[in-house]
Amino acid sequence: MNADIRPIRTQAEQAILASLATVPGGGDRLADLRRAAARSFEENGLPHRRVEEWKYTDLRSLMREAVPVAGTAAIAEADARARLLRGVEARRIVIANGAVVPELSDLADLEEGLSLTTFAAAMAAGDEVLSRIGGIVPSRYDASLALNTALARDGVVITIAPGAAIARPVHVAHVFASGTAAAMYARSLVVVGAGASFTYAESFEGPDGLAYQANAATEFVVGDGAHLDVVRLQEEGASAFHLSTLLFDVGRESKVHAFTFGLGAAVARTTLYATLSGEDSHVGFNGATLLKGRQHADSTLFLDHQVPGCESRELFKTVLDDSARGVFQGKIVVRQAAQKTDGRMMSRALVLGDEAEMDNKPELEIFADDVQCGHGATCGAIDDELLFYLRARGIPRKEAQSLLVQAFVGEAVETVEHDGLREALVERAEAWLAARA
Amino acid sequence: MPAVQETVDQVRSLDVDQYKYGFFTEIETEKAPKGLNEDTVRFISAKKNEPEWMLEWRLEAFRRWLTMREPDWARVSYPPIDYQDLYYYSAPKRPSELSIDDIDPEILATYEKLGIPLRERDALLGIASGGTKVAVDAVFDSVSVATTFKEELSKAGVIFMPISEAVREYPELVKKYLGSVVPVTDNYFATLNSAVFSDGSFVYVPKGVRCPMELSTYFRINERNTGQFERTLIIADAGAYVSYLEGCTAPMRDENQLHAAVVELVALDDAEIKYSTVQNWYPGDKDGKGGIFNFVTKRGDCRGDRSKISWTQVETGSAITWKYPSCILRGDNSQGEFYSIAISNGRQQVDSGTKMIHLGKNTSSRIISKGIAAGYSDNTYRGLVTAHRKATGARNFTNCDSLLIGDKCGAHTVPYIESKNSSAQFEHEATTSKISDDQLFYCRQRGLDPEEATALIVNGFVKDVLQQLPMEFAVEAQKLIAVSLEGSVG
Repeated sequence: MNADIRPIRTQAEQAILASLATVPGGGDRLADLRRAAARSFEENGLPHRRVEEWKYTDLRSLMREAVPVAGTAAIAEADARARLLRGVEARRIVIANGAVVPELSDLADLEEGLSLTTFAAAMAAGDEVLSRIGGIVPSRYDASLALNTALARDGVVITIAPGAAIARPVHVAHVFASGTAAAMYARSLVVVGAGASFTYAESFEGPDGLAYQANAATEFVVGDGAHLDVVRLQEEGASAFHLSTLLFDVGRESKVHAFTFGLGAAVARTTLYATLSGEDSHVGFNGATLLKGRQHADSTLFLDHQVPGCESRELFKTVLDDSARGVFQGKIVVRQAAQKTDGRMMSRALVLGDEAEMDNKPELEIFADDVQCGHGATCGAIDDELLFYLRARGIPRKEAQSLLVQAFVGEAVETVEHDGLREALVERAEAWLAARA
Repeated sequence: MPAVQETVDQVRSLDVDQYKYGFFTEIETEKAPKGLNEDTVRFISAKKNEPEWMLEWRLEAFRRWLTMREPDWARVSYPPIDYQDLYYYSAPKRPSELSIDDIDPEILATYEKLGIPLRERDALLGIASGGTKVAVDAVFDSVSVATTFKEELSKAGVIFMPISEAVREYPELVKKYLGSVVPVTDNYFATLNSAVFSDGSFVYVPKGVRCPMELSTYFRINERNTGQFERTLIIADAGAYVSYLEGCTAPMRDENQLHAAVVELVALDDAEIKYSTVQNWYPGDKDGKGGIFNFVTKRGDCRGDRSKISWTQVETGSAITWKYPSCILRGDNSQGEFYSIAISNGRQQVDSGTKMIHLGKNTSSRIISKGIAAGYSDNTYRGLVTAHRKATGARNFTNCDSLLIGDKCGAHTVPYIESKNSSAQFEHEATTSKISDDQLFYCRQRGLDPEEATALIVNGFVKDVLQQLPMEFAVEAQKLIAVSLEGSVG
């Protein structure tokens, strides 16, 4: 059982290593970061099931082949494909194949206190704000983030001035627009100044039937007393591979809410890292995942309470139809200094398909004694009694099921504060259910 | 057990080391040469007059073990164990098989001191004072020194004897079941145990028999630098019922001692096995010096339909605990239970939990785990609940709570919950908190000192598990909890 694992490079690993060879040199911090990330991939490769954090999402066997890095997208194609959240009143930025498309992006007439530029432009200009990149370092090697750090060349860089209240959300629409399978990498940075408030939305989509690979990472640096809302909708094409990372560094007395909604991709993994480094903050990380067919989706959370008095709440809902596989891993770490921490994490799965599988791994790691922490995990089919209640009132089985699923997912979706975004998500959930019936 | 009360009171007055079983009995012993190689295995096998097949079985395990690596995934850290610096066999010199009167009086005195009467008439005196009858198999270092109430048990058809005797007397039963729940190749420590196990208990309860009394094994490590590798095999045939208790202690020593046991339970159709443990190995001193390394593989197989296996454990001892009593729910409608209290203080490290593997239809399992960490200790619950494709209607309820006393300790929860079919219904909840100031204030207002108040609240915290223990064990466990937490308040 404990035999050494030989580092035989898979085909995918070899292809990725070839792309990594193109990581440019240069003397600045960012270049160093990128080369270090490339090296860590060279050393560790793709994670497999013996790597604890990837136990249920064995990248080594799931990612059979790596595709080349995508070229520039045609503007018309990108425009036609970027459909998600179009009806929401927001400042829209389109990132196609990992690069911002200025023609489709609303980069002018910025509100006072909002500064928005592209990652590529910030890099070219040697923008000071990029020193915030790589502020949160995962305690263990994370292949998905390392690849992103090494290979991403564009994305958005947003800075909210201290005290600014930006009412209109910024929506970053990631889209894959190409006729052949390719890989795209995007890296974004959002810095919210002290006392500012901001809503950030991102969406991911692409064509069905194309085994393209998307890798996105967004870092959020939240200042003291700031308020940040993040809404994320992932509806990648049915054959796509989606890896993404969200990183939060939360200052004192601030409030951060994030909601991740996952519907698409053949294989999706979203990792969320949050470091609570300022006292008395409140964070809420919620999510919903609706899966069918043979989809595989993994939501993994690392929550690091470093200082006293913070409150964290997580609620994740997973609905599994057919022979889909859902994974939830959540780890709350409470450091010795983090007294008076109040942390609650809940993962609930509703299993509709006979062949579906749910793997839950909620973890607590606690070193402070004056805390209140808990987690829960449930998994089961639709309650027959609830179904009976509805059917007794003349509602057909399928419809009754839909109602119950809607109510189940609704509990999590309702935590989204922005009305327009919440309604758009509810509409996506309804569309998923309608396609099922 | 009056001796227990006496010692409890005695150690209360002590300041630091509250371990009350830390004495050493001076006794003449016979040992295998130090170190581990094929000859050691042959030596043990020869000592036990084992048949050829048993020796082969051991040697195969030993060869396999040489190819394995020590697991490192648990949340414990300890200096590397030098497997060549241990004695794998140590036995009191005087023969003890003839009758109780032939046992070295020193050993009898030792067990009396531990509150375990080996003379049946003494045990019967216990009845007069209200206790129930318990048959005991006493294991001293590597050998079983006495088994009480054998005759009375055999009248009911129950076989209760040291496993080394069972190998000779009931080879068919042993051959059929040994290694059938925990395969020889299962894990590093189980494989090591398969190669060098020296003694342990063997229980067979025939069809439809309800074992007339509680069975118990008391393990005592006495000798220096000696590993204890016991092997327990309990088989409950169709419709049988047996309740089994296990207790253990060791002297206080500066060096670490290794304990790597394997326990296998087999429950056939409609059978029920209740296995209770009060583990009180020497935990080391307040600086983490010495103590037992406890690497134990315990597994029950609900092989028959409607069978039931229930584990109850109170873990207060050991420097390192690495232990996951599990249930394989193979039979349809079978049930598994796990009730655990794990207390760590000083520099102890506990990584314990359970596995509930649902294979049959309509199987159910229940996990109640209470972890209490004090001092500088680390206490981890690690558990797996899994339902396979065909395990339709599987149900699990898990509740693991942790309590932290002091701000230098850690409590961790690592559950794995894997459901592979839609009709499985799993519920898991876990909490971590400290003793509430309100509760403490309430108790202290009524005149309890902080330590008494803490003990009272902790007893309330663990009561769900204590209720599962047989009467006299529950009483002892309750006292053990109070002793184990002494010095952790204030």
